[in-house]
Amino acid sequence: MVHGASSGHPGGSLGCTDFLVKLYFEEMSIEPDRWNMDGKGEDLFFLSNGHISPVWYSVLSRRGYFDVSELATFRKLNSRLQGHPATEEGLPGIRVASGSLGQGLSVACGAAQAKKLNGENERWVYTLHGDGELQEGQIWEAALYAAHHRIDNLISFVDYNGQQIDGAVEDVMSLGNLGAKWAAFGWIVLECNGHDMSDLDRTFKEARAAGGQGKPVVVLMRTDMGRGVDFMEGTHKWHGVAPNDDQLAEALDQLTSSLSDY
Amino acid sequence: MIDFISADQATLDGLTRKDTRSGFGQGLLEVGQKQDNVVALCADLTGSLKMNAFQDAFPERFKQAGIAEANMIGVAAGLTIGGLIPFTGTFANFSTGRVYDQIRQSVAYSGKNVKICASHCGLTLGEDGATHQILEDVGMMKMLPHMTVIHTCDYEQTRNATHAIAAHEGPVYFRFGRPKVPVITDADTPFVIGKARRVMTGSDVTIVTNGHIVWNSILAARILAAEGVSVDLIDMHTIKPLDEAALVESVSRTGCVVSAEEHQRNGGLGESVAACLSRHMPTPQRYVAVEDQFGESGTPAQLLEKYGLGPEAIATACREVMAVKQGLPA
Repeated sequence: MVHGASSGHPGGSLGCTDFLVKLYFEEMSIEPDRWNMDGKGEDLFFLSNGHISPVWYSVLSRRGYFDVSELATFRKLNSRLQGHPATEEGLPGIRVASGSLGQGLSVACGAAQAKKLNGENERWVYTLHGDGELQEGQIWEAALYAAHHRIDNLISFVDYNGQQIDGAVEDVMSLGNLGAKWAAFGWIVLECNGHDMSDLDRTFKEARAAGGQGKPVVVLMRTDMGRGVDFMEGTHKWHGVAPNDDQLAEALDQLTSSLSDY
Repeated sequence: MIDFISADQATLDGLTRKDTRSGFGQGLLEVGQKQDNVVALCADLTGSLKMNAFQDAFPERFKQAGIAEANMIGVAAGLTIGGLIPFTGTFANFSTGRVYDQIRQSVAYSGKNVKICASHCGLTLGEDGATHQILEDVGMMKMLPHMTVIHTCDYEQTRNATHAIAAHEGPVYFRFGRPKVPVITDADTPFVIGKARRVMTGSDVTIVTNGHIVWNSILAARILAAEGVSVDLIDMHTIKPLDEAALVESVSRTGCVVSAEEHQRNGGLGESVAACLSRHMPTPQRYVAVEDQFGESGTPAQLLEKYGLGPEAIATACREVMAVKQGLPA
């Protein structure tokens, strides 16, 4: 997709593939064939770091929200698959635009409160954020809000890969003790390996068990940017760069089992 | 509605004076009573926005956001998912400029049914000064695709507009203010989004205005009536979508127009009027608006006078534009 559009964000997408597959295929209670904006009776997910749209679109299509063939239109004129996720073109599975960073947690807080006001106490709202995204002040406004309003049907994941566009998060704008920060804001903090399915499985169970007790839950999910393609792994250089023809061939060669239908 | 031209001064002085924000507070309570899917959020200005009555009546449906407006806008966008209708409340400055990107991405571009309710607009916020007196908000909001922009003139119109925006599907920017101004509409004066209200019918010059400046325009029309000038006065409470038909119909009879507003000339009602008339009926126009300046501390009346939004300034603009129409030096 990113190669086809000659632009996009492969690094974070590959790093969150395992998480999104687990979330959409095993964890969320959803009805893709009855897609509607309100999602009543369903769990909801908000991608706050909208630039990893390639992997989200890929997972949404494979989960049945739209045809896999539409992925080829990514970032092209007249497509529903905008460079960053949007509702304007009516792509099923997306409930709010994201891309300008830091806004998804606020939206998720509102959606989680709507679930409670509508009496859907058994349903969960999930979010995903980049670690660099946590530099946005609005994230911490939302963190205060969620704790203050005891939004305990909300489980947020941080894609904790330590990389952002200009380099290592530590060098660009250090997050310090991230777990202590969330804890100080009144959240239950969990940690996991975002590439270990059994660890993700345990974490989802633990997060839901921790929910419903008056506190929101955040999971610091360790990932490798560019996971699965050796020359993309662990570097910010593939945050927002598309592979050329040779690089694509080399990358797909390393991912034959997961991308065989590319 | 009384005849504002023939009414004596004692009648005008006897008009009830109320603040538009109280009309919002009452309207919000009423829509809350009518619809249980209406929710409200406020950023630590519940008393200023007159949202206490709603908060007391429906504590579960009132969400205190604290001094964190960006988050409030995002939460409101999220509350729409599931069918709720959120009304956000803070000052106009913090409802727009501070949160433009949140409104743009999470509300307007995402097509969310959020009602952004903004009090203390313009110069008439008064003594707090220019940090709080936003005069650019209409421009910012009307530029956003999907956004409806409304600015009301008195207590009853604001109350009625609150009902109207609750019934309207889509994002709305709803602008009102702090000072007590004469109540010139009736409780049952219909408020229809996008349909201008004719305040008085005349033949020499059109004044198109809204908000607190409707009253000053009425006073200007009285000044002009004493000079034998007949004013066609339009309350253009909806800036977007603009009631182009009402505007064109009026200037087709008067041949000239003055726009009058508590906002910068750049980006305001007058600009929307000019854009409409340049396409449909090019017409001489004068602008009564703030001319690329920030405000300052003072009483509302002092500020409207100093920044050229008073009745005399409006009357002067009318005389000038009528001279242009007649081919005389303005």
